[in-house]
Amino acid sequence: MTAPPLLEVRDIGKTFGGVIALRGVSTLVRAGEVTCVLGDNGAGKSTLIKILAGVHQQDTGEYLVDGAPVRLTGPREALDRGIATVHQDLAMIPLMSVWRNFFLGSEPVKGPLRRLDVARAKRVAREELRAMGIDIRDVDQPVGTLSGGERQSVAIARAVHFGARVLILDEPTSALGVKQAGVVLRYIARARDRGLGVVFITHNPHHAHPVGDRFLVLNRGTSLGHYDRDAVTREKLTTLMAGGAELDDLARELDRPASPPGPGA
Amino acid sequence: MTTVTADERIAGTGLARRLLIRPELGSVVGAVAVFAFFSAEAPVFRSADGVANWLDPASTLGIMAVAIALLMIGGEFDLSAGVLTGTTGLVLVTLATRYGWNVWAAMAAGLVLALAVGFANGVLVVRTRLPSFIVTLGAFLMLQGLNLGVTKALTGTVQVSGLRRAEGYEGARALLAGSVTVGGVDFRVAIFWWIGVTALATWILMRTRAGNWIFAVGGDERVARAVGVPAARTKIALFMGTAVAAWLVGSIMALRFTSVQASAGIGQEFVYIIAAVIGGCLLTGGYGSAIGASIGAMIFGMADKGIVFAGWDADWFTFFLGGMLLLATLTNRLVRRYAEEVRR
Repeated sequence: MTAPPLLEVRDIGKTFGGVIALRGVSTLVRAGEVTCVLGDNGAGKSTLIKILAGVHQQDTGEYLVDGAPVRLTGPREALDRGIATVHQDLAMIPLMSVWRNFFLGSEPVKGPLRRLDVARAKRVAREELRAMGIDIRDVDQPVGTLSGGERQSVAIARAVHFGARVLILDEPTSALGVKQAGVVLRYIARARDRGLGVVFITHNPHHAHPVGDRFLVLNRGTSLGHYDRDAVTREKLTTLMAGGAELDDLARELDRPASPPGPGA
Repeated sequence: MTTVTADERIAGTGLARRLLIRPELGSVVGAVAVFAFFSAEAPVFRSADGVANWLDPASTLGIMAVAIALLMIGGEFDLSAGVLTGTTGLVLVTLATRYGWNVWAAMAAGLVLALAVGFANGVLVVRTRLPSFIVTLGAFLMLQGLNLGVTKALTGTVQVSGLRRAEGYEGARALLAGSVTVGGVDFRVAIFWWIGVTALATWILMRTRAGNWIFAVGGDERVARAVGVPAARTKIALFMGTAVAAWLVGSIMALRFTSVQASAGIGQEFVYIIAAVIGGCLLTGGYGSAIGASIGAMIFGMADKGIVFAGWDADWFTFFLGGMLLLATLTNRLVRRYAEEVRR
């Protein structure tokens, strides 16, 4: 624990025009740990990850990579520093095969004619996927035929292969069913076990709690709390997420007076 | 689901399925059917001479269809490709006959012009983000007007001719428009150019980084850019490749007939697209094959000559083609759906 965290933000803030998107938020990501960023829509999750990924620059506060303050100039610099973002849209082309997608833009070549090293590309893709515990039937199959969870996993494996030390996963489970989400959570754990730092953005505390080592709960651009795993229960996270008191009010509001059950109830 | 063994799931994808998911499948089935049909109608159709005969129209069309297939896989159209074959032919014959240029030099000038047109098409599409359908339709109409206007202004007629007397004609003709005798049968040398172009295009598509980029910019340009694919460069290169193919075909035609009509190549642009689509290219890009486009061109060649061999009126040709196009695209779609379902 003497090594500085891979990523750390201290009292970070960002405004867009007159809108304060983020204010006074602090968190950190260590190697081999998962930091979950929780929050409802509009809580500032996207702004935070865009700062982490180099898309935006912070207006206030400090951003440290390996303990040294940085000001990223763009996503390219973040990538060069080993900070890879896997977006919801995954940056994959459905009609192209898994291995072609895996190496798209960074294809291995061999020989004086610089021809594609297909055998190596397929082998590496298969090995990297297997190392993540992803058992793809056939790396020749089009990405479009994979399930949502499998696609997420391929995108994660690709980021790991191309030197990511920190993975920022933007709502990887939000569009998935229960079973598929479980698959993705397993890959997140796998990436963590391989020594990566993971920033896992989600609005679902049930997905965050099982894998997270640290939880940052955002609401309306500010931090509602920053908890270590053993300091918070899933129920507490759920309540925080929903805005605590707001949820109680909502429950009261929706609470029906004792009435006969409606049709189909 | 991660614990299921690979073997269990791979059992469904045997050799037959692997063949089925090839984009060429529809065109192969079509080609076999058309060949069988005309062979039954006219035995000479399947003789070596007959084959050499119908491979001839297939060859020049095939060169263009392959280039257009690459462009379509890259997600763009080129409607100016047909008329550009006329333009390059006109430049060649005009420079060689009216200005006394050597045929090789005149061909080089045609190549430079073609590259410029391709580059302009590409840059316009990439920069303006207008649909290539519109940009190249504009180029098509402008070239059509230029071909006619310049030819009329220079010759007073609508054709240029007399290439036979130009210096360097024999050598150029032997290379591009001559014949090669194989086993006692004369095959047009253009057939070998066609095979070469198909092989080169297939290699580029399947075995180079550029090939990966072509599939990517056609599949999803935004994603391709996001992972660092030089999308603009890839597309401009594709337009220039199509223009080079048009120059090659224009030169072959000019050298063969020694004269070029000002209207040459007009109407062919859709035939190239049809051949590419029969060969499995999606109109929406990102999917297709060069070999498929070649087979599509072969179907055209067989239908074109087969109708004559069978002693029918050639007017039926386009009716036949329209039917082929519909059948082939339907087959392609059904097959792709089926293949993707079994892979799930």
